[in-house]
Amino acid sequence: MTMTSAGITRRQAIGSAAIAVFAAALAPRLALADEAAVAAELKKLYADKPMTEGRIKLDVPQIAENGLVVPLNIDVESPMTAADHVKAVHVFADGNPLPQILTYRFTPESGKASASIRMRLAQTQTIICVAEMSDGRLYSAKAGVKVTIGGCGG
Amino acid sequence: MATKSQPRVRVPATAKAGEIVEIKTLISHEMESGQRKDGDGKPIPRKIIHAFEASFNGKVFFAATWYPSVSANPYQSFFYKATETGEFKFTWKDDDGSEYAATAKMTVA
Repeated sequence: MTMTSAGITRRQAIGSAAIAVFAAALAPRLALADEAAVAAELKKLYADKPMTEGRIKLDVPQIAENGLVVPLNIDVESPMTAADHVKAVHVFADGNPLPQILTYRFTPESGKASASIRMRLAQTQTIICVAEMSDGRLYSAKAGVKVTIGGCGG
Repeated sequence: MATKSQPRVRVPATAKAGEIVEIKTLISHEMESGQRKDGDGKPIPRKIIHAFEASFNGKVFFAATWYPSVSANPYQSFFYKATETGEFKFTWKDDDGSEYAATAKMTVA
C-alpha cells in the first residue's frame, strides 16, 4: 500500500515536471508588444483624437527574408508650406519588444515629408504609421510584413 | 564591438534654387537593442544612437528619434529644399553620451 502510493506520487512528480518543461518551451523568449501597446503609445501622444486613413505612402516589403534589415520608406502627401506641412511622423510595430520604431520631425524646409530607413522586425507583424499635420490633423496607414527570419533575436 | 562610429553622408554639391535634394546618411554603430542576452544568459545593456538631427546654416530642418528597432549601422535618407548656398551639419547622439557629427557644403546657383 505504501509502495503503491509512493509510486503514484513519483509518477505525479514526473508528470508535473514534464508539464513545467512543456510550458517553458511554449513561453515566448521575448516579451513582445501587441496592438494594445501601440494603441497605448498613440493615446499618450494624441489622447483620443480622431485619425483619418490615407495621405501616407508606407512602403515596406510584403515578405522580409531577414528581419534584421527591413527597408522602410515613408512618404506623406503635403504641400510642405509654412501654413500646411507635416510636423511629425511616428512609426510603430505591434510585434517587436518595444512598440516604437521611430519618430520624424519635418519642417517646411524639408521640401517633402519623405524618409527611408532600415528596421529590425522580431516576427511577422503590422507596421503602423501616424502623421501629424501642422494644423493638428492626424493621418494613419498600416502595412503587414511577413518575416521569415526574426531580428531582435535573443 | 567597440569600433568608432564613422558617419558617411551624401549630398549634392550643387543645386538649383527651389530644388528638393535627397540626402543619404549612414553611420557605423552596433545599435545594441538591450533585448539580447550574452552567453551566461545575462541581458546585454542597450546602447543605441537615439537621436539624429540635420541642419542647414544652423537651422534644424529634419530630426529623428530612433528606438532599438532601428537596424545596426543606421541608414537614413531624407530631403531638403535648397534656397541658398551654405553648409549642412548632421549630428548623431549615442546613449553613452558621445556625439558624432558630419558636415557638407552645398552651392545653390
